Amino acid sequence: MIVFRNDRSGPFTHAPNSVRAVMVTVMLALTPATLFDLWLFGWPAVFLFTVTVGACVVFEAACLQLQGKLLLPALGDGSAVLTGWLLAMTLPPWAPWWIGVLGAVFAIALAKHLFGGIGQNVFNPAMVARVALLVSFPVPMTAFTLPRPLFSAGAPGFLDSLSITFGHAVGLDTISAASALGTIKTELSRGVPVTQSMAETPDLLHMLIGLRPGSMGETSALLILLGGLWLLHRKVISWHVPVAMMTTLFALGALFHAVAPDRFTSGVFQLVSGATFLGAFFIATDYVTSPVSRSGQVVYGFGCGFLTWIIRTFAGYPEGVAFAVLLMNALTPLIDRAFRPRTFGRTRAGTPLPLPPRKKP
Amino acid sequence: MKLFRIRGGVHPDYRKERTRENPIIALPMPRILCLPLKQHVGAAAKAVVTSGKRVKKGELLARASGAVSAPIHAPTSGYVVDIVDQTAPHPSGLPQKTIMLRSDGKDEWGELPAGIADPFTADPGEIDARVAAAGIVGLGGAAFPSAVKLGLRVGKTLDTLILNGAECEPYLTCDDRIMQEHAEEVVDGARIMAHALGLKRLIIAIETNKPQALDKIRAAAAPFAGVVVVGMPVRYPMGSERHLVKALTGLETPAGKLTADVGVVVHNVGTARAVHQAVRFGRPLISRVITVSGGALSEGRNIEVPLGTLVSDVVAFCGGFKNGTIPHRLISGGPMMGYPLPALDVPVIKGTGGILALTREEINEQTAGPCIRCGTCVTVCPCGLVPMEMAAFIRHDKLEAATKAGIRDCVSCGSCSYICPSHIPLVQYFNYAKGRLNALDRDQRKQERLRTLVEARMARIERQAQAKREAAARARVAKPPVVATNDAPAGDMKVSA
Repeated sequence: MIVFRNDRSGPFTHAPNSVRAVMVTVMLALTPATLFDLWLFGWPAVFLFTVTVGACVVFEAACLQLQGKLLLPALGDGSAVLTGWLLAMTLPPWAPWWIGVLGAVFAIALAKHLFGGIGQNVFNPAMVARVALLVSFPVPMTAFTLPRPLFSAGAPGFLDSLSITFGHAVGLDTISAASALGTIKTELSRGVPVTQSMAETPDLLHMLIGLRPGSMGETSALLILLGGLWLLHRKVISWHVPVAMMTTLFALGALFHAVAPDRFTSGVFQLVSGATFLGAFFIATDYVTSPVSRSGQVVYGFGCGFLTWIIRTFAGYPEGVAFAVLLMNALTPLIDRAFRPRTFGRTRAGTPLPLPPRKKP
Repeated sequence: MKLFRIRGGVHPDYRKERTRENPIIALPMPRILCLPLKQHVGAAAKAVVTSGKRVKKGELLARASGAVSAPIHAPTSGYVVDIVDQTAPHPSGLPQKTIMLRSDGKDEWGELPAGIADPFTADPGEIDARVAAAGIVGLGGAAFPSAVKLGLRVGKTLDTLILNGAECEPYLTCDDRIMQEHAEEVVDGARIMAHALGLKRLIIAIETNKPQALDKIRAAAAPFAGVVVVGMPVRYPMGSERHLVKALTGLETPAGKLTADVGVVVHNVGTARAVHQAVRFGRPLISRVITVSGGALSEGRNIEVPLGTLVSDVVAFCGGFKNGTIPHRLISGGPMMGYPLPALDVPVIKGTGGILALTREEINEQTAGPCIRCGTCVTVCPCGLVPMEMAAFIRHDKLEAATKAGIRDCVSCGSCSYICPSHIPLVQYFNYAKGRLNALDRDQRKQERLRTLVEARMARIERQAQAKREAAARARVAKPPVVATNDAPAGDMKVSA
């Protein structure tokens, strides 16, 4: 007689999805921007990207091994590759190799596996790594280069590039430039009003396309935006976090710029500068570290936008997305507790709904 | 008609194409039928036959016992072989008292009660009685005795009867076919039920992925005022009773209440047809239409099956398993809320809506990974719960926290498990927790009952002792004591409970 498996309850059908599919979709969404940036910043960027992603995978494997966990299912889900990828997007493209490796240690070993591995980390691993690097090594982390597209005149050759990434930095002073946000901040501290220093930054169109100094994820705003919209279309992310975050940032920028244009940059500048799009679509939407309910996601997105603007405008660092996301990560458990969907048949407080008043027929 | 928004839900791959166009065919009468005494929600029926008894088709085999129960009738003529413990169509595979009926091949009807010529002038109580006597239960899968639901007119203020033809489970097409092929019977049965409930308003709700059924039912319902046929958006679990009521009327049934408390009663289309047959012709429920499908099966079919037919007979009728392969799982009902059958030698019962022989590929069963907090389960939950959180509580055996998080509001629709990218068997956790909580409840009720009994006994003993003391005191007053007091120790008293 045939005996059938009856060891689990339904459903006995499943959506054709997996964690791996989610990660791969996000990577695909990042691909156009990444290719553009690798072209824009040439071989050193390619090397740093490869080193960072590679180091993340190696540390992921090492951490799994140390914990006696199986390597394949966890390595195969692609989460370590994505973390490395996102981290590389936030680094200055000509940073030395050890920035990428150290970032991988921070991201994978400290931020992810010390908290219990995938799904358990409180803070976004890539942002932990970026912030730890920024605080520890401010100079290489803010030494941005002007775009030097591959094969263009002035672009370093393959061997020169090797020495930029793996050797001693060749004349960082000569190649370094500040990002737009950095320029504004520095000039403001020297008493130069925003209206004046804006002239020194690339025009908004250039910023949108990415022909400007900055980290990889900052210098391809348009392609990042397109990738983000595609993620929305594929329903990998929902609109709640990015829209809430960008609306807040734009609204604050526009409002304060209207009041005091000398002191505050415009809403559009806030949107296209820095890592706004990368942060809104790819970083703040990280599943693990953002709230699970839609209402919670709106609150979280608002917080990210608000803190980003505060940090950019008043704090010591020119860019605030990473800090804002980490701060909101810390609030995620609280948001999850406070903003839950209403249970069917119950009030928000959890008591059964009152019976509707009804008349006898 | 204006529809109301319900939250969540999923769009599974419906896979109804395989059987959608297949007309209902009758299964040739099997030689042996196995009729469990409990095929419904409530108390098991009590057998009124013994082994060796010859019965005619439609004759009573077991009567209802208690307020919530249903009788069982002979699906064909023959004789009772035995009443034995036999594997039940339940994942546990535990045995259950079952009447074994051997067909004599004549399929000879016994005497049936005369049909009610004009049910719409009949007393509602008479219709209830007919439905109860015919052993009709909810054929949508819940198998709740229908007469009990029709009796809700007493004590509740009702205004609407909804006939549920949503059939939102993938694979299943039996309700679709019933509506297409027996539209008049369905509408008539529904109108009879509305009359029994004292209702003027009848809504027949059908998901729009069944356009032919919609047309046929619309045509059948056209002559009758007060009958509205509504095409529902295709979304699982649209057929969930509470959600269907909300979508159609905007009324949200409060937690712990029935839809009848907001004035709505819901019945399934198959049930309506059974009511039509019982009331008009006096026919008891002795067969039902099921969908037999799944990738491991040679042919998918919609079959009218005598109750008690073994699943093996049904599978054989569909040409057996494809190329002799063994399905990964054998499912009773739909793939979302159905349950796995342990073996082929279990019978089709009143609540069986389908038999699915599924391959591993179509189940897409994979090892569960860690939760990545994507929140999709929260988005799709039609009950507004946070499934990932409840599962985490249950995994750490925090049943109290899971209860607080709303485990009792979960309808086990399976949307969360279906969508989870980590393939976490969330419903498995919830069913485990519900089972544990029910067991705890039972224990607690038992203990409370025990405590009240013990307390009552103590009070009685105390009362008796008191009475004795008073009697002794009165006696002392009446005549002076002769000897020293002689109190019997309390422990000697034997009081029967």
